[in-house]
Amino acid sequence: MSADDGDCIITVRNLVKKYDNLQAVDHISFCVKKNEIFGFLGPNGAGKTTTVRMLVGLSNITEGEARIGGYDVVRDYKKVRRIIGVVPDISNLYSELTALQNLLFSAAMYGVPKKYRQERAEKLLKFFGLWKMRNFKFKNLSKGLKRRLTIAAALTHNPKILFLDEPTAGLDVMSRRVVWERILELNKSGVTIFLTTHNVYEAFHICDRINIINKGRIVASGTPVELGRKFSAKEVVEVAFQPVNPSVKELAKHVTGALSVKSEKDRIEIVTSNPIPVIEGLIQYAKLNKLNISMLSLRGADAEELFLQIVGEQ
Amino acid sequence: MLDELVKSLYIAGKDFREYYLKPGSLSWGIIFPFVFALAFITRRGGITEWLAPGMISLALFFGSTSMSAMSIVFERRIGSFERLLLFPIGYNCISLGKSLSSFIMGIISAIPVLLLTLIILPKPPAFTLLLTITILITTFTSSTFGVLISFLVKDPTQVMTVFNIVRFTMMFLSDIIIPITMMPHYVIPISLALPLTYMTEALRYAYTGSYDILPPEISITVSLILGILFLVGSSEVIKRSKP
Repeated sequence: MSADDGDCIITVRNLVKKYDNLQAVDHISFCVKKNEIFGFLGPNGAGKTTTVRMLVGLSNITEGEARIGGYDVVRDYKKVRRIIGVVPDISNLYSELTALQNLLFSAAMYGVPKKYRQERAEKLLKFFGLWKMRNFKFKNLSKGLKRRLTIAAALTHNPKILFLDEPTAGLDVMSRRVVWERILELNKSGVTIFLTTHNVYEAFHICDRINIINKGRIVASGTPVELGRKFSAKEVVEVAFQPVNPSVKELAKHVTGALSVKSEKDRIEIVTSNPIPVIEGLIQYAKLNKLNISMLSLRGADAEELFLQIVGEQ
Repeated sequence: MLDELVKSLYIAGKDFREYYLKPGSLSWGIIFPFVFALAFITRRGGITEWLAPGMISLALFFGSTSMSAMSIVFERRIGSFERLLLFPIGYNCISLGKSLSSFIMGIISAIPVLLLTLIILPKPPAFTLLLTITILITTFTSSTFGVLISFLVKDPTQVMTVFNIVRFTMMFLSDIIIPITMMPHYVIPISLALPLTYMTEALRYAYTGSYDILPPEISITVSLILGILFLVGSSEVIKRSKP
C-alpha cells in the first residue's frame, strides 16, 4: 500500500455528484481514520449511498477527489478494490449458488489463491453462524442470513476496509444484533468500517465517529458524545393531562421556549433548550383550563431527536 | 492478462450454474431452435442440405443470445451485476466472462440440431474440421453480439422483446430460410448488414462446400472481426453505463 494521508485511510476532498440538474452530493470533505467505525448518517436521499458508490467506483465522480489506502479511487480502481470489501444495501448474491459456492466464487474473483479459498470460506461461514447452511442455496436463506452471507462475501479477501451500506435495514432485532456484534468483532480484528445508515440508534450505538449528511452536505460531525454535547443542550419535557390531552397546536400557543411539540401516544413531548419556562407554562395552562397534570418528566434528548434537530436546522 | 482470462472463466462457470436451467434459457435457447429444426425436418420435402447450416446457425444464435439475455438482464435487475463491477477486474474480463457462458449455451443448443441434420441428411459435411472451427467462431460472434445487445438496452425488462425483434428479423433476412440470392435487390444490403448472414454463409460453406454470395474467407473473417468488435463494444458500454 502506498503512503496514506496521515492517519486517514479514506480521504475525501470536495466531492461532488451531479445528475443533470440535481446535486446529490455537494462538495463534501472528510477523513476516515484507520481502524475506526465511521458512520455516515442521514435521512433517505441525503447522498449517503451516492457517496459510497463514488468511493467504490460504481459511480463517476463529478468533481473532487477521493483516496482509499493512499490510492486514487478513479485512477487506481483495481488496487482500491483489492483492499476494500463492499456490502451494498441489498443482499445481491447469486440465488442458485449455495452459501459456500457464493463465497468460493467471491474469493476466486478477488484473487485469493486456490489452496486458501476453501479454508477462508469455511472460516467466514462459521464466523457468521452459517456453517450449517453452507449447502443451502442463497435463494432459500432467510433475509437475515442472506444479509450475513452478503457481508461474508465481501470479506473473502481479508479487506482492510469494509463498506457497509444500510447493513441492518429491514432486519429483525435478533438479526440486527448479530450483524452489529460481527461488525464490532471485525473492527477489533483491524478492519476499518465505513457504515452508512439512516438508523440513528445504530450510528450512535456502534460508530466511533459520525458524519451527518443531509441534502448532499455534511451538516455535523464528531464522536457520538461530541455530537450529543454540541447539539444537546436540548431537553425533552414529557407531559400528560387528565381528563384529556389538549391538541399539540393549542398547547404550542401557550408554552414559551418550545423548539418542537409533538403528540406521542398518551403524552405530549416538548423539546426545549430551557425547560423551566416550559414547565411553568404547562402548569399555568393546566390551571387555566382546569386540567390535571397526570405525568410530567424531564429527560435529555435521545439520539433520534438530536438527529432530527440537526437535520431540521438545515 | 492470464489472470483476467481465468477470472472470466469463473464468471462463465457461475453464469452457467446460475442460469442454464432458467425458463428463459431453456425455452428460447434449447427448445425453440430444436422444435424449429424439427418442424423443417417433418415438413413436406424435409430438411435440405441448403437449410441445415441455417438451422445450426439459428440454434447457436438463439442459444447464446438467450443465455446472455438471462445472465445480464437478470443480474442487472436484481443488482447482482454490480458485484462483478466491485471485483478487481477490468470491463473486458466481465464481457468476456458473459460471452463465454453464452458461448457454452450456444454450443449446447447447436449440438442436437447438428446431430439431427447429420442423421437425416445423406451427405456428410463437406469439411468437418472447418465446420467445427466455423461453429466455434460463429458461436463466439453470436455470444458477443448477445452480450452487447443485453448491455445496450437500458431497461432490462425490455431485453427479451428487443432480442425477439432482432432474432426474428435476422431469421428471415440472414440467408437462413430465404436464400439471399432470391431476396429483392433492395433487401440484400440489409441482409449484408446483419452479422447472422456472415455466420450462416460461413457455416453453409463448411457444411455443403458451396456458398450463396459470400466466399468463405470473407464470411469467416467478417464473423470473427465482428465477434471481437462486439466484445470490445460491450466492455465500452459497461464502462460508459456507470452513472
